[in-house]
Amino acid sequence: MLDKAADVTKDQVVDFIYDEARMLDEGRYDEWLALWLPDGHYWMPLDYKQTDPHLVTSLLYEDNFMLRLRVERLNGARTFSQKPKSRCHHVIQRPFIDEFTPERIVTNTSMHYVETRLDEQFLLALVATHELRVVEGQLRIANKRVDLLNSDAAFGSIQLLP
Amino acid sequence: MLTAGDVSAMVRGPQVHRDVYTSQQVYDLEMRHLFVNTWVFVGHESQTPHKGDYYTTQIGAQPVIQVRHGDGEIKVLHNRCPHKGTKIAIDRSGNTGKFFRCPYHAWSFKTDGCLLAIPLKKGYQDTELNKTENAKGMKAVGAVRVYRGFVFARLADEGISFEDYFGDSLSSIDNTVDRSPAGRLEVAGPPLRYMHQCNWKMLVENQTDTCHPMVAHESSAGTAVGIWKEMGNPEPRPPAMEIIAPFMSPYEFFENMGIRTWPNGHGHTGVNHSIHSEYSEVPGYFPALSEAYGEQRAKEILNENRHNTVYFPNIMIKGPIQQLRNFIPLGPDRTLVESYIYRLVDAPDELLARTAMYNRMINAPTSIVGHDDLEMYERAQEGLVSNGLEWVDIQRLMTGVEDYSEEVVENGTTERQMRNQFDAWVKFMTVSMGTA
Ligand SMILES: [Fe+2]
Repeated sequence: MLDKAADVTKDQVVDFIYDEARMLDEGRYDEWLALWLPDGHYWMPLDYKQTDPHLVTSLLYEDNFMLRLRVERLNGARTFSQKPKSRCHHVIQRPFIDEFTPERIVTNTSMHYVETRLDEQFLLALVATHELRVVEGQLRIANKRVDLLNSDAAFGSIQLLP
Repeated sequence: MLTAGDVSAMVRGPQVHRDVYTSQQVYDLEMRHLFVNTWVFVGHESQTPHKGDYYTTQIGAQPVIQVRHGDGEIKVLHNRCPHKGTKIAIDRSGNTGKFFRCPYHAWSFKTDGCLLAIPLKKGYQDTELNKTENAKGMKAVGAVRVYRGFVFARLADEGISFEDYFGDSLSSIDNTVDRSPAGRLEVAGPPLRYMHQCNWKMLVENQTDTCHPMVAHESSAGTAVGIWKEMGNPEPRPPAMEIIAPFMSPYEFFENMGIRTWPNGHGHTGVNHSIHSEYSEVPGYFPALSEAYGEQRAKEILNENRHNTVYFPNIMIKGPIQQLRNFIPLGPDRTLVESYIYRLVDAPDELLARTAMYNRMINAPTSIVGHDDLEMYERAQEGLVSNGLEWVDIQRLMTGVEDYSEEVVENGTTERQMRNQFDAWVKFMTVSMGTA
């Protein structure tokens, strides 16, 4: 394993994961979408240790169009499920850097995710796996996978993104 | 205590009393009568393909086990040890071998429920155990019928037959299964499980509510259309456009799509076309279907594009995409929605991939379209507490006396199917209540 993937340091990778969580908490979705490579997918499996995103159901397997739709919808004048708006809060552990090569960086990050709206609040424990790439000196998200500890439980609406 | 007369009085054709959605007493009666007298969906036979395979679920509030018996038949048993009541199976599925064994005192039962053995049996010598029903074993439900792979059960020992109950509505299951070149479905993975803080009947009614998509889903489908335009209408369209955009179709689309109702509360939207009609073709599928059925028949099968078929009381199936949603009542204001998908055996994988996409885009707890719907149900559950008005109105396109024992096709925006459900609701609630 190299110490340096293309033009970034391991510290920059760790900061990137923290920054992404903060963007989601603060609702800075334009900046957040700009982190993504155009053909990336946000995957949240339904089954514990699920391996296939296509031929069984997932909670999320979203391309760039769906992610953009999801975040634009949040601010729509007739988005009734966001009146009032939801808020979220990530508490994250320092990411493990599992791969660090010029082609590919993979991190593994444990998080507690809290989402609230009206009088309801819920907590999800999860592991986020980020696949990152360096493009023109910038770290970008190639893919993100979120494994909920209780992915097979019955949930109410989860409206924002871990 | 509510009488049959009280229950009947809650439904007066064009309107229903809000207590049908909010009252604990009504819910308890539904569990004791409606879900006992009707044929209720249990599972799919592919969930228990081998001898000894079982799967646990519930019929109304009743915990049951679907199990494949030694003779290959599917049995549906109450999930309760006859000794002290312990649930025999706790996990969602598994294989129990030749018999079930209670984890508490090791009473064992054949997979048809019959008592096999009790440890230290001499303790029951000279007792009355053998004179009780408990000595027979795990009780089976009243009746079971497997129809083209779908398992239905009636809890009551006596009652309406499967054929009389479903009649011609089975044509929607037929079309779902006929879409497989092998004439067979297989469950694909676990279901989505989405908890709703509302009455189960709101979900069933919404399946044929064709005047809500362009309003409640403007936030998701309307925004999707807007983004696509902003991008310059790129082709091929993003998958989300194929799945979500049809929800923004105008009223005329839904009016012309038509609604058919059958006796006993069953009915479907999409008689002439539906939001599933314009899906892109999957290479290799039509040839495979033609090979199996002949080209003419294959065309007939694919030209049927029924949208949502409600099987009263509490499931909906989508024939064109092999999806089934089970609206499981957990209380007057609590419903668990399980959304299953099935593989068309011998059809290309792309079809299943589209179905899986539909399931997660529309029916997941993380789905934006799901959020639109749940917000409406939960607001209704809260609003119905209001004493300002006590009746809910369901009389769109009701222009005279309606005979729900007839099959009819009407304008796709009618609320007739909701009235049809409530007609069946009164019938199967009160049939075992007596007249006192
Ligand atoms: Fe809807």
